[in-house]
Amino acid sequence: MINILLSGDRPRSMLLSALLLVILIALALAPFLFPGVRSLETAARICIFIVLVASYDLMLGYTGIVSFAHTMFFGLGAYGVALASTHMGRGFDALLVGSVLGALAAAVLAFAIGLFSLRVRAIFFAMITLAVASAVAVLVSQMSQITGGEDGLNYLTPRELTPAFRFGEAFGVKLNGRLLAYYLVFTACLALFLMLLRVVNSPFGRVLKAIRENDFRAEAIGYRVVAYRTMATCLSAAVAALAGSIFAIWLRYVGPDTTLSFSIMLDILLMVVIGGMGTMYGAVIGATIFVLAQNYLQTLMGTASEATSALPLIPELLSPDRWLLWLGVLFVLSVYFFPTGIVGRLRGVR
Amino acid sequence: MHQPILETDGLTVRFGGHVAVDAVSCAFNPGELTAIVGPNGAGKTTYFNLISGQVAASAGTVTLQGQDITRKSVSQRCRAGLGRAFQLTNLFPGLSVLENVRLVIQGHKTGRVSLFSMAEGDTALTDAAMQVLQRVRLDNLAAQQVSELSHGNQRKLEVAMLVALNPRVFMFDEPTAGMSVDEAPVVLDLIAELKRDHTRTVLLVEHKMDVIRSLADRIIVLHNGALVADGDPAEVIASDVVQEAYMGKELADV
Repeated sequence: MINILLSGDRPRSMLLSALLLVILIALALAPFLFPGVRSLETAARICIFIVLVASYDLMLGYTGIVSFAHTMFFGLGAYGVALASTHMGRGFDALLVGSVLGALAAAVLAFAIGLFSLRVRAIFFAMITLAVASAVAVLVSQMSQITGGEDGLNYLTPRELTPAFRFGEAFGVKLNGRLLAYYLVFTACLALFLMLLRVVNSPFGRVLKAIRENDFRAEAIGYRVVAYRTMATCLSAAVAALAGSIFAIWLRYVGPDTTLSFSIMLDILLMVVIGGMGTMYGAVIGATIFVLAQNYLQTLMGTASEATSALPLIPELLSPDRWLLWLGVLFVLSVYFFPTGIVGRLRGVR
Repeated sequence: MHQPILETDGLTVRFGGHVAVDAVSCAFNPGELTAIVGPNGAGKTTYFNLISGQVAASAGTVTLQGQDITRKSVSQRCRAGLGRAFQLTNLFPGLSVLENVRLVIQGHKTGRVSLFSMAEGDTALTDAAMQVLQRVRLDNLAAQQVSELSHGNQRKLEVAMLVALNPRVFMFDEPTAGMSVDEAPVVLDLIAELKRDHTRTVLLVEHKMDVIRSLADRIIVLHNGALVADGDPAEVIASDVVQEAYMGKELADV
């Protein structure tokens, strides 16, 4: 049963299995284990970024394609839900229509980009994605009558998913629509992740790995490399869009900064590298560590700064304003000590 | 006389001013093993690249089973029945030995792409791959990552990949190059086995004359990109052209 769910791709390391299990349980029971708005926000964000990072790894780690347009696909899904909810009114039908249309749009756009540039050298594809992503980001902020411009869009999600919808209390936690929304996010993300895990362990996934290892030989044994690369790109884009839709359902707001900005693209890259390229479990570890650091490093540093306030210089270094510096240091250290990512390292020890 | 399975007609490629393969016209008969010889830089590998599609021809045509494949992509040629093993080992280094062979069989076995089935579950595919590995005595290394294999074993795997592909036309580019004396026979036996079948067409680039004598039905000689001799192995090896091409005119005269 577990083998089928994991598609035969076992973690292959005791420590990794334990880590994954802890993350799974923590996310599954987050509303009860860590009550509070902020921790629930963090948990939902971790779920969504796991899917987003995993879908990016399908391209980067499994197929060897470098793309800078992943936030664009993420944004397409998010704006799909936002626009559908704005124009169709609040309701689950709007969420569904928005998600499907967003994913379709992402796949079609990925197909178009792939058709133009996947035939030629990898660097060309990377540049094209960068250009298209920047163009889309500019378009979204310019076409303010449709997209709300820089301000973004606020919209209503179904009442069942809002805090106003209450239906009791359990284990000292108020049961409301927010809780339902969280479990919608959690279940959808878990399903998408398991689907990606299946794809990378399918015959199709094996061919992707072969292309990453040696596209020349993959072509010579009869695989149409361009077709496979294009399919991987489209699939990756569609899943990223779905992650965006889930994010939009959770946030009830979209804007260029939260879904399209280039800094999110960088975050995704960092999460893939920290977790380990070419393994879906790397996405889980990378996203969890990174989002936790993003959300709690400042708090942690604030405490540390106060604790060392008697000493010279150190409180300055530990001031919460310096959190990006320390995130950078963490990143450099992790790449230096785990060049194959945390998962690669854990599997290497065995 | 039956129709040739593979034919090149005036096949030429120029790299800038240099003519690497110069109007080579040659027909290969089904079931025949043809050795292609010539000194280094004669254009043997380039000729192979033109046939299997890695290099685009400047002029001339390649015909496979009566069908013009000159403008077809590498993968289309492969699916049409043209299989190639490479001189410089060209494997999937990060994957296991078994996975390398499985990928080959998976490619020509299933027409459609399967996204949601489990690759691991296909035991028939694994069994078929293991059988091929047994033939080159690599079955005990099946789980090993290719990048960890010795050079000789990588060469064997290179040959195993082509055997697994089981094309209509086998193209071996110096299959025993860099192999130790005790490793080479496994590969040569395998090629001899293909030959015994009489339905397989084999093109073999090889330097070792004893290998050619024992295996080849026919030899063609390339020199400076041009076809300079074609015929029965014993005659061609003894002929002046080959002596000249390999040792230079002066030496051959001595």
